[in-house]
Amino acid sequence: MTTYLIRRIATILPTLVFVTMLIFGLQQLLPGDPALVLAGEEQDPQVIAYLRERMHLDEPLPMQYLYWVGGVLQGDLGESIRSQQPVLELILQKLPVTVELAVLAMLIALLIGIPAGIVSAVRQGTAWDYAANGFALWGLSMPNFWLGILMILLFSVHLGWLPASGYVEPWVDPVANLKAMLMPAFVLGTNVAAVLMRHTRSAMLQVMNADYVRTARAKGLSRRVVILRHALRNALTPVITLGALELGTLLSGAVLTEQVFTIPGFGKLIVDSVFNRDYAVVQGVVLVTGTAYILLNLLADIAYVIVNPRLRS
Amino acid sequence: MSGAAQVADVAGASAVAGSSPAAGPWRRALRRLGRRKPALLGLAVVVFFIACALLAPWLSPYDPIATSWGAIRKGPSAAHWFGTDELGRDVLARVIWGTRASLAAGVISVSISIAIGVPIGLAAGFVGGLTDGLISRVTDAFLAVPFLILAIAMAAFLGPSLTNAMIAIGISATPIFVRLTRAQVINVKVEDYVEAARALGNPPWRIAIRHVLPNVIAPLIVQTTLAIATAIIAEASLSFLGLGQQPPSPSWGSMLNTAKNYMDQAPWMAIWPGLAIFVLVLAFNLLGDGLRDALDPRGR
Repeated sequence: MTTYLIRRIATILPTLVFVTMLIFGLQQLLPGDPALVLAGEEQDPQVIAYLRERMHLDEPLPMQYLYWVGGVLQGDLGESIRSQQPVLELILQKLPVTVELAVLAMLIALLIGIPAGIVSAVRQGTAWDYAANGFALWGLSMPNFWLGILMILLFSVHLGWLPASGYVEPWVDPVANLKAMLMPAFVLGTNVAAVLMRHTRSAMLQVMNADYVRTARAKGLSRRVVILRHALRNALTPVITLGALELGTLLSGAVLTEQVFTIPGFGKLIVDSVFNRDYAVVQGVVLVTGTAYILLNLLADIAYVIVNPRLRS
Repeated sequence: MSGAAQVADVAGASAVAGSSPAAGPWRRALRRLGRRKPALLGLAVVVFFIACALLAPWLSPYDPIATSWGAIRKGPSAAHWFGTDELGRDVLARVIWGTRASLAAGVISVSISIAIGVPIGLAAGFVGGLTDGLISRVTDAFLAVPFLILAIAMAAFLGPSLTNAMIAIGISATPIFVRLTRAQVINVKVEDYVEAARALGNPPWRIAIRHVLPNVIAPLIVQTTLAIATAIIAEASLSFLGLGQQPPSPSWGSMLNTAKNYMDQAPWMAIWPGLAIFVLVLAFNLLGDGLRDALDPRGR
């Protein structure tokens, strides 16, 4: 297991290096002199000179990268041109809101996707199966920002049950927080629910034909026990790890969901930074997202090996 | 759906290529596709939208950017079937013309992904060794950043426009094609017919292009269809955020962006462009699912 861990961690290091190169490279897409573009419309010579010095623009490109990555390793992701705050501080302020949204969305996705996948596999070829498959196709094809708009129309504008926008911190008013997060979390969770449903269905179908499930049936165990104790337990392992990898979908979706429901999270931060031409914040958000995804991927792999003793060798 | 899951999903379609070297498998796959009603429905809807995009000047009842101060936010009526927007523009005309931006974004960005991703994946899988290691690590780095966030960041640095959105989406979707092509090539390059081509003295580039590439096309076709669906949603998302098609040119995403400010007064502004995105993406997904089943005999 230790050897596996060392080998697995060693494989993510080059990926992390390439992620930093990719994000640093984004800056090269800016048309013209980065200092002039980043200085904004005022083009204050002092700001331009400060940016030149800070970004080491007079040095060759590889040196600029090394300076930048050196700063990143010390937790210095740059400074927001707009708010003059360190980028890392800004991200850490917004991150809890998005994490709450993502966790609630994942809960909703698990509550819908896994039972739908089980029912679909157990009742293969019936109306239940068609309905569950129809739901998955709907979830994968529905643009979540449109679903958000439709839900606001129904539940906020027409019925007046839930707030259309805004965010209340959970420790200030937990009920108001849940009310504000319910629609966004559902909107964000539907796509992942569809993916989980498809994975659960195919994993269950595979497991239901396995010898040990047939043996359990032959022993005379009830259908419920066979499905829940023998089939589901084994089918869920890959589904849960694949679910962890859906974090990327949740983070991408959060950008749009937070925009529709005006939630002051990580996604709204990147969009606002894009329009404020606050490129250091954009780079910081992409870097944090990429690193989080790689680490989560690593944790999912380790968890998979832990629950699958056969893979340890 | 995550990139890895998508790759795994479409990889099964490679079985058609390996089943027989003759033209038979393709004809059989086409026949299987013809028997799948949902896929045919998807194809019909895609053809309908293509026709709308091509015939927009003749189908559109009004000029999509002509404002009318006397018809601001009017509900659906005989004169304006889908109603009008905040500047009095006809929503139906804008939905019809918006088809062009969505389809162009879907097709062009996926063409960019294929043009870059397939040759790189072919090289990685065929050459192997250090080249493969390097390409795989770079691909992993791209796949580590969520697709839409990478597209947003690229579109932000390139500047907001439909062309830049298509480039950003195309580059962000490239790693999926690299990974899929590489995985398929690794499977195919050990087949007997590739060994035979090598034994006959063919140069490596010729073996890669003439013998390996044609045999990895089936899963790439499936991936292309599904990637177009993803690219259409991505373009609508970027336009919704203001990073895609710029006003006053019509785009479904930017129409929804405006519509969300008038939800209580003019809900029709939000219904039609969203429905158009949903139906077109659903059609491509139905077609993609049908193609995967048709091209993968094991799925029967």
